[in-house]
Amino acid sequence: MSDMAATRDGYGQALLEIADNPKVVVLEADLGKSTKSLHFKNKYPARTVSCGIGEQNMLLTAAGLASSGYIPFASTFAIFTERAFEQMRNGVARPDLAVHLCGSHGGTHTGTDGSSAQSIEDLAIYRTLPNVVVMHPSDYVSTLELTKQLPELNKPSYMRTARNKTPVMYSGRESEIVIGKGITLRQGTDVAIIACGVLVSESMKAAEMLAEKGINATVVDMHTLKPLDGALIDSLVSQCGALVTAEDHNVIGGLGGAVAEHLVTNKYAPLEMVGVADRFGESGQSDEMLEVMGLNSKYIEQAAQRAIARKS
Amino acid sequence: MTLSISELEEFARKCRVEIVKMVYRAQAGHPGGSLSEIDLISALYATRMRVRPDEPKWEDRDRFILSKGHASPGMYAVLAEMGFIDHEDLHSYRVLGGKCQGHVDMKWCPGVDFSAGSLGMGLSFGLGCAVAARLDNSERRTFVMIGDGEIQEGSVWEAAMAAAHHEVGNLKVILDRNRIQNDDFCEAQMRMFDIPAKWRAFGWEVKEIDGHNMEEVMSGLDFLEATNDKPAILIAHTIKGAGVSFMENNPSFHGAAPNDDQFAQAMAELGEVIV
Repeated sequence: MSDMAATRDGYGQALLEIADNPKVVVLEADLGKSTKSLHFKNKYPARTVSCGIGEQNMLLTAAGLASSGYIPFASTFAIFTERAFEQMRNGVARPDLAVHLCGSHGGTHTGTDGSSAQSIEDLAIYRTLPNVVVMHPSDYVSTLELTKQLPELNKPSYMRTARNKTPVMYSGRESEIVIGKGITLRQGTDVAIIACGVLVSESMKAAEMLAEKGINATVVDMHTLKPLDGALIDSLVSQCGALVTAEDHNVIGGLGGAVAEHLVTNKYAPLEMVGVADRFGESGQSDEMLEVMGLNSKYIEQAAQRAIARKS
Repeated sequence: MTLSISELEEFARKCRVEIVKMVYRAQAGHPGGSLSEIDLISALYATRMRVRPDEPKWEDRDRFILSKGHASPGMYAVLAEMGFIDHEDLHSYRVLGGKCQGHVDMKWCPGVDFSAGSLGMGLSFGLGCAVAARLDNSERRTFVMIGDGEIQEGSVWEAAMAAAHHEVGNLKVILDRNRIQNDDFCEAQMRMFDIPAKWRAFGWEVKEIDGHNMEEVMSGLDFLEATNDKPAILIAHTIKGAGVSFMENNPSFHGAAPNDDQFAQAMAELGEVIV
């Protein structure tokens, strides 16, 4: 069994590791203990701006800092970033200011706080904004590595992290993690499962279940939803001829939507989407939520079988 | 720059003419709030702002954030008068590809440091600029102009609270209290009661002036420059549409252009001879 760690801890560690850059500043909205920016705050209080419970002000204070040459990292819960959507749209994305927004506790995996805290639409809404890079890494190491690349990005970004621990998959594989490039975790020719975030490890489990039935699946960690790695998707279509997407997010506008948009305007293959079926969640443990929302390895395996059956 | 009161009044008069011309040519835009703010912005740029028109991105420039970004003709007129842009550029107001976008935009126009458009955003952005200046140990100041209707946006008060909490003394706000917003008089849309008391309660230094009396405007700017231990706000009582009789105190000219006859009358009232 691999080690377990939360992606939000990868974010917090990354902030410490990029702190040598004196232009890196952190903004908090009373959730630094949860998003894990608190470690930076404790060590570099002069470069941390507490915004209280005021997300709209936080986003634009970050924009002002970015316009003055700083590299701001602002974080709160994914759901609360959405309160500042127009600030992100008009104050950050439109002037193309390199503000890096992190929404932690995304998805139904967040658990017992219930549906009000389970953002299932964050990836979709930020994906619609020109200039904004959108990421949802799957494990501690990839979150750490992707965050460490952000100071050089010179574009605004949104990254969703998760509250609960997931398997650590990339120890020793740090060099494979690059913004905008999907990572092939497993090679097969019958079906390709494209996943992000907490469902990457579920997809790996699904691939093992399929292998027991003689079905060989490719599994891709599509940690960057925008810009989407279209070249990789094209190659998956050629190699496998059937695709599945898997995400803890509404299938509308998320990874499923993004891959579907690519497929219909490029090389086509049947696609099955595992994701939140356009409905709200409820209170429950992470594993219970993945079951009740139809997101765990069992549902991914079933979707793979359906996709294969649709091959012409 | 040292200008006499009469020279400042002439500076502002020329800007008023350009404001009305811009809106007339475009047959769209926001003359009322441009005319109410213009004496304030004219004096600010002509006598206080540490900027280099030939080097608009100079790192240690003072920042001016026009949060009520629809009142862009006022800012464009001042930028032209200061030499950031040419007077010819004023013809690009609301024109495809033009420097003078409908709302001031840092991606399009030299001398603009904030892409405005949605109300309630500029004060937070200015707070970020002010925090950056402090981190840089720079003497540069950030001036933010907001509207009175704009302070109905809740995000303004998030920023007001944060600026006082962080004791950002290099942040200086001018509130254009022209008493009219898009649909009607502010009193009809959303009464704001004691505005100075609200800002004081949020921890700000407050001064009120007549925003069209140039001597009072100068003393108000003195107050902003002298207050450095906490954020300061100058509440300027103004007249929407000031300087053009039929626009004054007329909610219809918040966002409407004059017709041919009205344009001719406005030019005559502003002492501009059209040849």
